[in-house]
Amino acid sequence: MPAKTKYALPLGAATREAFGKALVELGRTNPNVVALDADLSKSTYTAGFAKEFPARFIECGIAEANMIAIGAGLASAGKIPFAASFSVFALNKGFEQLRVTAAYPNVNLKVVGTHSGISIGEDGPSQMSVEDLSLACSLPGFTVISPADETSMIELVKLAAAHVGPVFIRAGRPKVARIYEAGQQFAIGQSVELLEGSDVTLIATGLLVAESIRAAETLEAEGISARVIDFHTVKPLDREAIARAARETGAIVVAEEHLVDGGLGVRVAQVVAETHPAPMEFVGIQNTYAESATPEQLLDKYGLLARDVAAAARRVVKRKR
Amino acid sequence: MQKTSDVAQLAAITKRMRRTAIEMITEAGSGHPGGSLSAAEIVTTLFFDVLRHDPENPHWTDRDRFILSKGHCCPILYAVMAECGYCPKDQLMTLRKLGSMYQGHPDVRFLPALEASTGSLGLGLSLGLGMSLASRMNGSKSRSYVVLGDGEIQEGQIWEAAMAAAFLRVDNLAAIVDYNQIQLDGFVKDIMSLEPLAEKWRSFGWHVIEAFGHDIAALQNAFGEASSMKGKPTCIIAHTVKGKGVSFMENNPKFHGTAPTRDECAKALQELA
Repeated sequence: MPAKTKYALPLGAATREAFGKALVELGRTNPNVVALDADLSKSTYTAGFAKEFPARFIECGIAEANMIAIGAGLASAGKIPFAASFSVFALNKGFEQLRVTAAYPNVNLKVVGTHSGISIGEDGPSQMSVEDLSLACSLPGFTVISPADETSMIELVKLAAAHVGPVFIRAGRPKVARIYEAGQQFAIGQSVELLEGSDVTLIATGLLVAESIRAAETLEAEGISARVIDFHTVKPLDREAIARAARETGAIVVAEEHLVDGGLGVRVAQVVAETHPAPMEFVGIQNTYAESATPEQLLDKYGLLARDVAAAARRVVKRKR
Repeated sequence: MQKTSDVAQLAAITKRMRRTAIEMITEAGSGHPGGSLSAAEIVTTLFFDVLRHDPENPHWTDRDRFILSKGHCCPILYAVMAECGYCPKDQLMTLRKLGSMYQGHPDVRFLPALEASTGSLGLGLSLGLGMSLASRMNGSKSRSYVVLGDGEIQEGQIWEAAMAAAFLRVDNLAAIVDYNQIQLDGFVKDIMSLEPLAEKWRSFGWHVIEAFGHDIAALQNAFGEASSMKGKPTCIIAHTVKGKGVSFMENNPKFHGTAPTRDECAKALQELA
């Protein structure tokens, strides 16, 4: 068995910062790209775009519902708008607008939700987006993207701009581990196998991708060979990779910084049930809201660390016949 | 299509549009006649006189945009769009039926010449604002016209959009409030009064024009004034009569959302002969 030392996981930029960088690059190459924000441009990192392209930036004030529908109007008139806010506000305050003005007429609007999950930390549950993947995936026609690191965020933002149709992109607040080298190729809807493995597959998105790599290293020392797959696209799902994982490894753990209800896990479970039934375990937030603390304390308390992924993997391997 | 500024001709078209809308709703067995009739002059005057548009090239980039934010009144919009040549007249009586392009509320998937899918109230002004901003970025002359229901503007998002449009000095945007005084549950003044309505829009930074919404010449003047206004959006408060043109529907809350019977339809068509 090859030693799993491929990933050093050095600390990189926050995915929200990578989004801001990608947005500026897009602005330089595509005059149709416009950005909207709701008084959080310094936090969502649309501020860089606003500075370089003031005529293509619309400050909407603290009115997210209005921002989403203005974005839909811009998209209907041929622009490629990126509307950004904290994920919790974009999805919850803007949900009806996402439904009626973006999903239903299938307009080319891109919505970027930053500060997702509980890793926002001290601000607490009113600012924590733990149901955004569920909400976004419930919208017919939406593409839902949840990158794990800086490189994948930059590439996927560019792919989202080129994709015709509504897209939700999930970004986080804290600096996160670098998983990919610059130059890595991505495709919307195509997962990336990061580590080979034969006993169990760890399917993860966002922050939990790095944790799953760390978990795989722990498991390897115990003689459990874990495959790790980055599901940067939560919708549409890479059904083939899921079916293959179920068939070849016979056990799956899904890990996400999101409520277990309605998240990536239940979506993967549906595909497993439809293709190759296998035992599964789910690492996520269990039917509760979190609280104020440091991100590290919260990820520990709510069970979203490598340790938790590894424990779920041990459980699911035991359940294999 | 043949555009016209002639008031008598526009009035004649409007009367036909009222008849068509009533027949469509009767045939469908459900729908919203009252608000279709109150908005008849507004929609007809816009499509046949005011809007810069081309039914043969519905996606012309520099066209003016029309959004029926009070989407439930789509029968009058469908009748007018079909008369303009955007969509077939001979299918108008399929309103609300399976597979019809004339859906119960405007749906761009079925009728791509529409600018927006509406029906959930309160969204259209933001959409129109987005379209107007795109026009401004493009240096286009395109203007956006958004017809709002009076009950509809109880929705908070209308005022978010109103605040933003004025702050952003979007002068290629006009809101038209079809102030027919009646909403589903009764009279607006009893459900949630809007008054003082003109002062509300003015205080949000809009240029406000009040007009009798069944006076075509007054509407023409109002639209002309709106398009010459610089630096601020215009709100035309159109004072209208719900169910206008059919005696037993006028000012009758019942006909907000009830289809006429075949007998009622016949009587209505007689009155609109």
